[in-house]
Amino acid sequence: MTFAADRLTRAWTPPNFISSVIGSVDHKQIGLRYIVTALIFFCEAGMAGMVARIQLSRPGIDFVSPSHYDEIFTFHGTVAIFLFATPIVLGGFGNYLVPLMLGTRDMAFPRLNAFSYWIYLFSGILLYGSFFTGSTPDTGWFAYAPLSGPQYSPGLNLDFWGLGLVFLGISTTVSGGNFIVTIFRLRAPGMSINRMPLFVWGILVTSFAVLFALPSLSLAALLLEFDRLGGTSFFDPTRGGSVLLWQHLFWVFGHPEVYIMFLPAVGIVSTIITTFSQTRVVGYLILVLASVSIAFLSFGVWVHHMFATGLPPVALNFFAAAGMVISIPSGLQFFAWIATLWKGNILWRTPLLFILGFVFTLLIGGLTGVMVSVVPFDFQVTDTQFIVAHLHYVLVGGVVMPLFAGLYYWIPKMTGKMMGESLGKWNFWLFFIGVQLAFFPMHITGMMGMPRRVYTYMSTPGLDTMNMIETVGAFMQLVAVLIFIVNFAKSMLFGEEAGNNPWNAGTLEWATQSPPEDYNFRKIPIVRSRDPLWTELEESAAIAEPTAGVEREIYQTTALAAKPEALIRMPGESYLPFLAALSIALLFVGVLLGVLPLTIAAAVCGFAVFGAWFWPEPEASEVTP
Amino acid sequence: MTQRPQVHGVTPPRFVEGTHDPATWGLALFITTEAIIFTLLFVSYWYVRSGSTAWPPVGDAPPKLLIPLINTAILLSSSGTAIWAERGIKRGSQGQLRLGMAITFALGLAFLALQLNEYANEELVLQSSAYASFFFVITGFHTTHVFVGLMMWAYVQLRAWCGHFNAGKHLAVTNVGWYWHFVDVIWLFVLAIVYISPHVAPVLP
Repeated sequence: MTFAADRLTRAWTPPNFISSVIGSVDHKQIGLRYIVTALIFFCEAGMAGMVARIQLSRPGIDFVSPSHYDEIFTFHGTVAIFLFATPIVLGGFGNYLVPLMLGTRDMAFPRLNAFSYWIYLFSGILLYGSFFTGSTPDTGWFAYAPLSGPQYSPGLNLDFWGLGLVFLGISTTVSGGNFIVTIFRLRAPGMSINRMPLFVWGILVTSFAVLFALPSLSLAALLLEFDRLGGTSFFDPTRGGSVLLWQHLFWVFGHPEVYIMFLPAVGIVSTIITTFSQTRVVGYLILVLASVSIAFLSFGVWVHHMFATGLPPVALNFFAAAGMVISIPSGLQFFAWIATLWKGNILWRTPLLFILGFVFTLLIGGLTGVMVSVVPFDFQVTDTQFIVAHLHYVLVGGVVMPLFAGLYYWIPKMTGKMMGESLGKWNFWLFFIGVQLAFFPMHITGMMGMPRRVYTYMSTPGLDTMNMIETVGAFMQLVAVLIFIVNFAKSMLFGEEAGNNPWNAGTLEWATQSPPEDYNFRKIPIVRSRDPLWTELEESAAIAEPTAGVEREIYQTTALAAKPEALIRMPGESYLPFLAALSIALLFVGVLLGVLPLTIAAAVCGFAVFGAWFWPEPEASEVTP
Repeated sequence: MTQRPQVHGVTPPRFVEGTHDPATWGLALFITTEAIIFTLLFVSYWYVRSGSTAWPPVGDAPPKLLIPLINTAILLSSSGTAIWAERGIKRGSQGQLRLGMAITFALGLAFLALQLNEYANEELVLQSSAYASFFFVITGFHTTHVFVGLMMWAYVQLRAWCGHFNAGKHLAVTNVGWYWHFVDVIWLFVLAIVYISPHVAPVLP
C-alpha cells in the first residue's frame, strides 16, 4: 500500500514550488484558485452594490455623482455575473468536485484547464484596467447599442468591457468543452450515466449551454468592437445597422446565462439535500430531466427581455408562453427536493439552512418571473425596481445561497477543517433576513414606478422608508459576509478536524482524504450504485480494486456504460498554459491600445506556444520496473 | 516488474489512438462552437437584410463572382488532397502524406492570396453601410480561419518530417483535416449567402 502511495505521489506531486504555482495542472489547485479569485470579485461586486445602496438610501443625496453611479451599477452587474457567478460555479466548484465525484485523478485536458484559469484571471485584470485609464464602462451590464456605440460612448471604457468579455469567453468555452469530455470519458469504472451524481449532471448540462450560448455573446461583443474600433455599422441605424440586433444577440446568450449560473447551483442543492436528509434522493430521473429541459427551453425565451422594444404580438405571445413553460420543470424540482426532505432524517446544519433559504427565496424569484412573463404586466414594470427585485431574488437566492451552502459543505473536504456551526447560523440568518429586507421592498417601489439605473429619486411617501429598509438589508448582508470570513479564518486556525466524511455523505469525493492527496484516490473505485459510499461501504474492497496510475495515468471509460477502455497518460506540470494565456492577454491589450507591433508580437508568441503545446511528449515505456 | 492494473480480471489496453480519443471529442466541441458563431453571423446578416430597403444599398454593386467561384474550386480540391494525404499515411506512405499536405497547403495559400487581392481591389468601403460591414466581417472572419488552418497544416507538415506519424498513429493529421473540411463547408455558406444571394434576391419581400 505505502509502496503504491509513494509511486502515486512521485507521479502526481509537482517537483518544485514554482511548478506548483505557475505550472500546476491539478484540478483541485485550479478549482481553489477559481473559488478564491471569484470570491474576491464577489466582495468587489458587493462593495459596488453597497455604494449604490448608500446613494439610494435617502432621496436627493449625492454620495456619488450621477456618472459614477452609472459606472458603479455597470461594474456591479458585470463583475457579479461574468467574474463571480459563472466562474465560481463552473471553474470553481466544477473543477474541484467533478473529477473527485467521478472517481478519477484529473480533468480530461489538464493543461487546457490551467489555461482557462489564467485567461479568467487576466481578463479580470483587463476589466479592472479601465480604472487606471480613468474611463470605466458605464452602460449597464448589457451595454445596449447605440448607447454603447462609438457615437455615445467615446473613449476606451466600453472597449475594456467588449474585449474583456471576448477574452473571458475563451476561458468559459474551453472549460465547458473540458467538462463535457471529462464527464463522458473519465468516469470511474461502473459509473454508468444513470449513476452519475446530480451535481455532475448540473455541470454537464451547463457545459452544453455554455458551448451553445457563449458564441452569441462573443460575437455580439466582437461586432460591437468592430463598430467601435473599425468603423463598421452593425448597430448603427443611420448606416443601415440595427440596434435590436445587439439585443437579440445579447439575450440569446443572456437568458441561457441565467441557467448557466443556476443549474450547477441546482446540482449543489440536490447534493446537499440528499446528504442532510440521509436518504437517497427522490426523483433522480425527474431532477436530471428537469435540468436538461430547463437548459433546452432557456434558448427559446430570450425575447422576454425585449417585450418593451416593439416586437410583433405573435413573437410576444410565443415567448411569453415559452417563458411560462420553464416554470414546469422548475416546479418538479421543488417537489422532488421537498419529497426527499420529507422522506429523510433531517440534519439541521448550516449548509441545509442555506439550501432552505434558497428554496424560499428562489420560489419568490420564480413567481415574479412568471409575473413578468405576462406581457401587459411586463410593460408596466419594465426598467423599474421590480425587475431589480426579481433578478436579485433569482441570482442571490438561486446562486449565492447555494454557493454559501456549498462552501460550508465542501470546505471541510478542501481544507480538512470544519467550519464553525454557531457562526454559520449567524451567517445564514443575517444573510437571509438581509436579502429579504434589501430586495423585497424593491417589488413595491418598482410597482410605485421607481425606475432602475437612476441615481436618485424625489422624496415620496413610502418610497423613502422602503429605500432605507433596502439599504439596511444590504448592510446586513455585508455583516453576514464578514462573519463568513471570520468563520473561515477561525476554522483554519482552530477548526475541528474534518476526517474523510464528516457529513456521512454518499458521493465519491468523500472517499478521499481531507484535503485530498494530489492523486485523489489511492485506488480507483469501481462504482455499483448512485451513492457508492452508502451502499458499498461494507464491501470496501469492492469499491477499490484497480490501481491505475503508477505513472501519471488515468482510466478512459466508455461514454454511457463507463466500461474501462484504456489507460491514458496525462500531461504533468507545464508553463505553457500560463504563457499561452499571457500571449493572448497581450494580444488583447495590443488591440485595445491600438499598438500594432505588440499585437503582432503577441500573436506570433501565441502560435509558438501552441506549437510547443501540441508537440508530443516522449513515449512512455510499456512497463515500468 | 509490476503487474498492469486490472478491472474485473481484464487489463485495459494502454492508450491507443483513434476516434474515441478525447482529443477528437475536444475538436468536435470546438468545431461546434465555431459553427455556432458562423451561424449567428449568417442569421444576423439576414436579420439586418430583412429590415433594409435595398441590399446592397443603392450605389453599391453586388459582389463579383468570378474569383469567389475560382476560390470555391480551389478550396474544395484542397479538401480532396487533404483526404488523399490522410489515406496515404493510413497505408503507411510517408511520401503521399507529405506531398498531399504540401498540395493542400499550396491550395490554401492560393485561396488566401486571391482573397487578399480581392480586398485590395474592392470598391466597397467598410465604413459605408451595414451591408459593407457584413461583407467584410463575414469574409474576413472566414479568411482568418483559412489562415489558422494553414498554420495547422504547416505544423503537421513539420511533425511529419520529424517522423511522428505512421499507419496506426496520425491523429493530428485527421484532426487538422476535420478542421480544414469545416472551414471549407463554411465557405460554401459564405459563397451562397454573401456572394450569390445579393444577385438572386436584391431585396426580400
